[in-house]
Amino acid sequence: MAKKIPLYQLAHARTGDKGNRSNISVIAYRAEDFPILLRELTTERVKDHFGFRKPSAVKRYELENLKALNFVIDDVLDGGVNLSLNLDSHGKSLSYWLLAMEIDVG
Amino acid sequence: MTDIYRIACAAGFSGDRTDVAKPLVDQLLRSGGPACLIFESLAERTLALAQLERHQNPDLGYEPLLLEMLEPILVDCIKGGIPIVGNFGAANPEGAARFIAKLAQDKGLQNIKIAIVKGDDVSAPKFRSQLESFLSPSDRETLTQSALVSANVYLGGQEIAQALNAGAQVVVTGRVADPALTVGPLMAHFKKEWSDWNFLGAATIAGHLLECGAQITGGYFADPGVKDVPNLAQVGFPIVEFNAQGKMCITKPSKTGGLVSRMTVTEQLLYEIHDPAQYLTPDVVADISRVELHDAGGDRVELTGVIGHQKPDTLKANICIDGGWLSEAEISYAGFHAYERAQLAAQIIRERLSDLVLRIDYIGSSSIFSSDAGEGPQIKSPIGFEDIRLRVSTANQDKHQAMRVCREVTALYTCGPAGGGGVRTSLKPRLTTLVCLIPRDLIHASYEFFDTKGLV
Repeated sequence: MAKKIPLYQLAHARTGDKGNRSNISVIAYRAEDFPILLRELTTERVKDHFGFRKPSAVKRYELENLKALNFVIDDVLDGGVNLSLNLDSHGKSLSYWLLAMEIDVG
Repeated sequence: MTDIYRIACAAGFSGDRTDVAKPLVDQLLRSGGPACLIFESLAERTLALAQLERHQNPDLGYEPLLLEMLEPILVDCIKGGIPIVGNFGAANPEGAARFIAKLAQDKGLQNIKIAIVKGDDVSAPKFRSQLESFLSPSDRETLTQSALVSANVYLGGQEIAQALNAGAQVVVTGRVADPALTVGPLMAHFKKEWSDWNFLGAATIAGHLLECGAQITGGYFADPGVKDVPNLAQVGFPIVEFNAQGKMCITKPSKTGGLVSRMTVTEQLLYEIHDPAQYLTPDVVADISRVELHDAGGDRVELTGVIGHQKPDTLKANICIDGGWLSEAEISYAGFHAYERAQLAAQIIRERLSDLVLRIDYIGSSSIFSSDAGEGPQIKSPIGFEDIRLRVSTANQDKHQAMRVCREVTALYTCGPAGGGGVRTSLKPRLTTLVCLIPRDLIHASYEFFDTKGLV
């Protein structure tokens, strides 16, 4: 039976932005959970999770020593800090959207 | 570590706290040994705003908080032999230098050596055709149809290092890559070759970790009960200890709040990074893909394993153009059916402004029921209630079109649903940024010392 939990139980995260591109680091609290992040946080699933913002591409970089993943999500900020009508035009809060993603730990 | 050089960062953006420099300088003086204090106060848009200010008044256009930043520490730094390096020159480094020279004079410091880094500003008409030639076709068209506000190349750390080695006590820059504020002092002190890519890579990462101020010492990190940070209200700003082998330790002043841990450092290490193996800067391509951290406890984290590769052939330039107007207007509805009334208000706005592209938000937790002292029903209180703030925003090249959002939301007071209150409106000019890469041989950066003779 698959057991699902929100990502924030296993990892912390931080968002940065450049133009219309967001990068979100996801860092395992415990080294032994890093393989779960590698398995569950595929670029396809992360792209789906942000689907309502219509990202054009998602890239994932793996940092084994840091037990961290770095996601680079293109065209997800409605134009970014200069163009977006969002209150959070940098998308600084988006790390907490990714942390809300349900992952399978079963 | 032996033969340590310390760099402290007292600002991570324009408008950062100005009471953080003093504890940093006190700590540097207590530690003894060579050190430098940096200020990073120039985000993408900040320089364009400074350029607009300079158009209004040719004496201005540098960091507006320069007095508040430097006044508490200038004397201590000059007397203690701690150079100050900052990109607080913004659109007018010479104006900033003149201001600092006067401040120093007022403080009884005679003839301090202030260096100005030049060459980043490419907004003059003679650069226009070059800029256009390096833009994408669509951006080129955008530029030809818009008013240019600012254009600046991101310079590296060489001019800063040269100025420091020539005896500068303060170095004022405009646009430089943020890590250059750290690379310059480290290269000046350790006298490495500008082709020592691994050292430059490590120095760049030290700068990357410092450049956002408190973001590595517990700011932008805390989550109660999950990621707790002690005494965040008094968060100390960062200090990096760096040695000749490129090994570094990140820490903060004693008796300040905040936290330096493996977790805070990892988050900031990846902040605004795309490919960790290719962090492009004017001085080096830094590679952090194999970095290792060691949490030594006591707010000390050691970092090793940065690699560097040959610097890019091009320099990045930011071009800021007039981007029309942004309008935002808000009104609140609370109590029974608040959300339904806010939806009705939004429907009215959409009908009346059907020719504009609008964003509509329903912001809700608790606000307008409580008193100014915060008394009254709160979120999660047993008295259930709704409290919805409707926000409407639009952007338009035409100021009057943008302003219609402000007027229509204000009209909801008398023409909209029941019980609407607390209208606030804002209309601001917007800037648009275009980015291009310029071959570095077209850019001529240099430094010069500010001439204090003309100072009255």
